[in-house]
Amino acid sequence: MNSWAVICAFIAAFAGLGMATAPARASIVINVDQGASQPLPIAIANFSGSPVGAQISQVVAADLERSGLFRPLDPNTFPESTLDVNLQPHFDLWKSIGAPALLVGQVVNEADGRLRVDFRLWDVYAGDQPLGLKFTSAPENWRPIAHKIADAVYEKLTGEKGYFDTRVVFVAESGPKLKRIRRLATMDQDGANPSYLTDGSYMVFTPRFSPTRQEITFMALRPTGASIYLFNIETGRQEILGHFPGMVFAPRFSPDGHKVAFSAEKGGNTDIYVMDLVSHATARVTSDPAIDTSPSFAPDGGQLVFNSDRGGSPQLYVMGADGSGVHRVSFGSGRYTTPVWSPDGKLIAFTKQEGDEFHIGVMRPDGSGERLLTTSYLDEGPTWAPNSRVIMFSRETRGGDSRLWTVDVSGQVIRPAPYPLPASDPAWSPLLH
Amino acid sequence: MNVSMRNTVKLVVVVLAAAAFAGCASHPKLAGPAPTGYGPHHEGGYGPPPSSDEVSQGEEPAATGPGSARDFVINAGDLVYFDFDSYGLRDDARQVLDAQAGWLRRYPQVRVRIEGNCDERGTREYNFALGARRADSIRQYLVGRGIEGARIETISYGKERPIDPGDDDAALAKNRNGHTVITGGAR
Repeated sequence: MNSWAVICAFIAAFAGLGMATAPARASIVINVDQGASQPLPIAIANFSGSPVGAQISQVVAADLERSGLFRPLDPNTFPESTLDVNLQPHFDLWKSIGAPALLVGQVVNEADGRLRVDFRLWDVYAGDQPLGLKFTSAPENWRPIAHKIADAVYEKLTGEKGYFDTRVVFVAESGPKLKRIRRLATMDQDGANPSYLTDGSYMVFTPRFSPTRQEITFMALRPTGASIYLFNIETGRQEILGHFPGMVFAPRFSPDGHKVAFSAEKGGNTDIYVMDLVSHATARVTSDPAIDTSPSFAPDGGQLVFNSDRGGSPQLYVMGADGSGVHRVSFGSGRYTTPVWSPDGKLIAFTKQEGDEFHIGVMRPDGSGERLLTTSYLDEGPTWAPNSRVIMFSRETRGGDSRLWTVDVSGQVIRPAPYPLPASDPAWSPLLH
Repeated sequence: MNVSMRNTVKLVVVVLAAAAFAGCASHPKLAGPAPTGYGPHHEGGYGPPPSSDEVSQGEEPAATGPGSARDFVINAGDLVYFDFDSYGLRDDARQVLDAQAGWLRRYPQVRVRIEGNCDERGTREYNFALGARRADSIRQYLVGRGIEGARIETISYGKERPIDPGDDDAALAKNRNGHTVITGGAR
């Protein structure tokens, strides 16, 4: 199969428009931990030059709004309707509608058939331009271009890396509770372009993206037993990861993409193993009679956090990637499971069950600073966006209706994820480009 | 990171029950029909399993005589139950398993699969492990009662195959079970 042409991002600062200074530092600053209490109003004008310009603007606006940190203004209130990306706007007019930030852009169909999108972010009250970029790619890639624009705006104004140019792999659910059908699926993080990768004739669970390749790992369960697969997204080819006599489950890639950690059960006892994907050499890294599962690598690949009930109830433990130095890191009351190390290494997200309630929470890798971000009948299975600021998870009601939800790490923004149908087991991709 | 984006597979246009998605991308071929969620009447091809009335014509009704799967279920019992977060065998479980062992000794060609199940008040992966413990607990007990290990396979369904859709304590208790299923050799 051919692949799409790679997006070529020519990141080029625009020459100043006759202004005396180079692009100034933004006077707009969004505090990611507090900004959701007063989202920044932002005017996003329809990008000119092509009908796809308005679509791009819509995707950008939806991304920024979904973060909880921005409030895109109603275009019907805009004081200027035709905005040229190469001209300075009339700042006083935009001040009058209370728009501190203004995003303007244009779409150009280049001679070689590629699409180029130029945009500028204006700081209305300072009267200057914090950001001006252009992106070029094949025309079919207008959505990734829009997500990269949203990422650039988010990053400039918050100081944090964006997370909009990503996909999510998950399980799409259907059918009655006693005979639930589960299909492997992927989508853009804004819900667009859903793609169903298996047909539901066998159950699938807990998929993960490879950090380095267009590949997914997941567990498949049939009456004949469980298998872990590698699924190549581009070719559709599936490969079984080894053969084991008992249950296998909970597969995840190492940060360098060269290994998969997983659980395997033998004679009723579940331990954690790590397999090298090239040599297929498999190392057993726990050998306790306890349940040891849900491993997650630290971003440097040197440690694993995992779930074990070796102390009598499910708790979180950290160890070296070779299994050495196991030590407990969860200390609160309740049962701790599904640990996931954040991409920046600073936090571990987890599911906590206490009484009749479930929570998504975070703690530092040494176990300190535990904060619970959500509460419901059944929240579980957090996954980190690549900027370590947003978590997606499953929320299931009494009666068994499971949906995808997101929460930001400040706990202020909890909302359904943009996929409108029943689903579970989400896992976030790295930034795509 | 430069990662090649998406396939140039000729796109199968995906009509979704949810919002329409404008534009572009091509993706791996859609496998199966578009999803329609749980559906109150099980629409979209995800119908309920056929009732016994709908067994296709020409099939024999299930055998019920000695040595049949039905005989096993009625006269030995195919379900045992566990306490919350436990894989220990209660007295009531041992009674049923003794009957299973007796039955399996009487019909030595029969093979079984022990399915370990959990209630929904736990997370997915931990419950696969707990279900495996339950299935193995039962297997070990039957082996101890003289059934050859080669006749018994195990699997865990975690919390994924409840037998009671409710969420009250009685339903949860029913879903914490080990289910013995005949896989071959029955009359």
